[in-house]
Amino acid sequence: MKRKNTNKYVSFALVIAAYAIMMVLISTGKITRSMQGMLVPISAYIVMAISLNLTVGILGELSLGHAGFMSMGAFTGTCAALMMLESVPNTGLRLGISMVIGAIFGGIAGFLIGIPVLRLKGDYLAIVTLAFGEIIKSIFNNLYLGFDKYGLHFQLLSEKGIKLEEGGRMLIQGAMGISKIKKISTFTAGFILIILTLFIVYHLVESRYGRAIMAIRDNRIAAESVGVDVTKYKMTAFVISAAMAGAAGALFAQNYSTITANKFDFNTSILILVLVVLGGLGNITGSIISATLLTILPEALRSFATYRMLVYAIVLIVVMLATNASSTKIMIDRLKARLGGNKEEEER
Amino acid sequence: MYKKDGSNLVPVPSNAVIPERDINDMPALECKNLGITFGGLHAVENFNLTIGRTEIAGLIGPNGAGKTTVFNLLTNVYQPTTGTILLNGMDTHGMSTAQVSKAGIGRTFQNIRLFNNLTVEENIMVAMDNSMKYGLFDGLIRLPSFFREEKKAHQRALDLLHIFDMENVASHRAGSLPYGAQRRVEIVRALATDPKVLLLDEPAAGMNPSETADLMANIRKIRDTFQIAVVLIEHDMNLVMNVCEGLCVLNFGRIIAKGSPAEIQKNPTVIEAYLGKSHTNEGESQAAVDAAAEEKSEGSAPENTKETRKGGKKK
Ligand SMILES: Nc1ncnc2c1ncn2[C@@H]1O[C@H](COP(=O)(O)OP(=O)(O)O)[C@@H](O)[C@H]1O
Ligand SMILES: [Mg+2]
Repeated sequence: MKRKNTNKYVSFALVIAAYAIMMVLISTGKITRSMQGMLVPISAYIVMAISLNLTVGILGELSLGHAGFMSMGAFTGTCAALMMLESVPNTGLRLGISMVIGAIFGGIAGFLIGIPVLRLKGDYLAIVTLAFGEIIKSIFNNLYLGFDKYGLHFQLLSEKGIKLEEGGRMLIQGAMGISKIKKISTFTAGFILIILTLFIVYHLVESRYGRAIMAIRDNRIAAESVGVDVTKYKMTAFVISAAMAGAAGALFAQNYSTITANKFDFNTSILILVLVVLGGLGNITGSIISATLLTILPEALRSFATYRMLVYAIVLIVVMLATNASSTKIMIDRLKARLGGNKEEEER
Repeated sequence: MYKKDGSNLVPVPSNAVIPERDINDMPALECKNLGITFGGLHAVENFNLTIGRTEIAGLIGPNGAGKTTVFNLLTNVYQPTTGTILLNGMDTHGMSTAQVSKAGIGRTFQNIRLFNNLTVEENIMVAMDNSMKYGLFDGLIRLPSFFREEKKAHQRALDLLHIFDMENVASHRAGSLPYGAQRRVEIVRALATDPKVLLLDEPAAGMNPSETADLMANIRKIRDTFQIAVVLIEHDMNLVMNVCEGLCVLNFGRIIAKGSPAEIQKNPTVIEAYLGKSHTNEGESQAAVDAAAEEKSEGSAPENTKETRKGGKKK
């Protein structure tokens, strides 16, 4: 237990330090515009990686459609924000509400998928989440949603049937997605979301719920034999994971003026999975580091395009070694022992 | 030998015997005509057994006799093809494995099944999950109930670990423990569910003689402290004959003998099942049963040694 606790403090310290440094750099103008523009996507991907780690690393179920939940949150959250333009003029509050709505819809999607799948024994979740990601993409690509003083109007395939009253506007326009989004996402909002996500995940893991979830991962039959209700706990982890992805989606989308469903495709799901695997299964700190590095990297490498893929590959390997290698692990553990008086030292 | 606590085995209906002191209580466990077939194989057939409320009973027989299958039936891992199971008089038919655990059956596994990446203490606290009274939200925002219940569970885990004097490994990763210690943690974990019946599947397998001797004492201690019934599957005849009050011998899925250890040792059918021929001399038969059991248990030995090595290396 101690080991996890120190890990927790490392994660929080890392995020808070990074935020503080960035804020100083921004206020002194020592940061490029393109870098500044990446802060929100990095925050969103960190939350995506942490939340997927909850499903893959902590619950031990493979999910191949995590971007689907992000998409769910992005579209519902952004639509909600656009509908609240007048009623909630404060952008921070509006962003907060839209992230909560994104989280709720993400969670509902997770729940609906979980009901049939998580009660099955075996690896069905991977297939179903993969299908879910594709289905949600198709739905948003073909959905036309408008809004006026009479409420929401929606139609599939074309917008012909949607007639909006004076003052109304189209929200989702099929494959064109949502346009003219108010860019209300901020780095500070991203920071708060990360802190909240860390708070939830670590407190979950250190509660009886987290213990039961990890017990199911380690040995389902034994968990059942001591009275653990497997479906309930799997559902808890999966819905929380999906809800966090939904919130991240709402944050991510409102960093751009236009967002389309194709942004959240299978490739995105795989990218997030790569972040989790590179950072280490169940290693939250690792997820934060890998999400940061791998989101910055393609952008940072733009200037020397020739070696871009080469450097990218090398960095992938380095990240993997750094987060998973036993030698670095031992080093980190020593460090922790010094910091936290870790009792587990004697075990080695 | 079985009279250690001054108790005799007495007959009860359904062709069974239980310790005399339990005669007025509801039996902990009653199996009536229990059976299961896999494909065409009758893995267990016509299994009738009554276990007294505080009895230590043994289930013995050659490898492949169906002993583990009986445990899997009792815990509803398998649904029986025929028969009923009464736990404290309650029919467990249709319950899930988790529900059976809540109803009062705790078990260990022949191939150790610990939560390897959790600490020993966490392993035990998982088993207390159903008795911990705080919700998801209470845990996330850490209401006082979270700290109170966690502290209580932590203390209880240490108390249970004290049975085997294992408090010092509470914060160790369960998968990193040596083999014998893992078996003991499994027993403690099963006890943490507050069972009325404790099922132990080859608890001494892979243990050295001094560990086995400790285990024998501790099985009795557990029964005496918690006043529960213990059913154990074991190949170590010394342990079985010393600890068990009643024995049930299984061969090819059928019960071939029931009785006290002394009776079983003399039973010609049992000796034949183990050896394939009859022995007359009692002293010789004990040795013969021992030797045969050892021989038969070799089937599971490679697995054990592998596990031992794995555990050893990690440490
Ligand atoms: N799930 C199963 N499917 C098919 N056959 C099984 C299954 N479980 C056990 N058996 C068979 O039932 C018989 C009894 O096995 P088991 O109960 O493990 O024996 P024991 O524990 O006495 O060594 C064996 O022949 C075994 O192959
Ligand atoms: Mg067996």
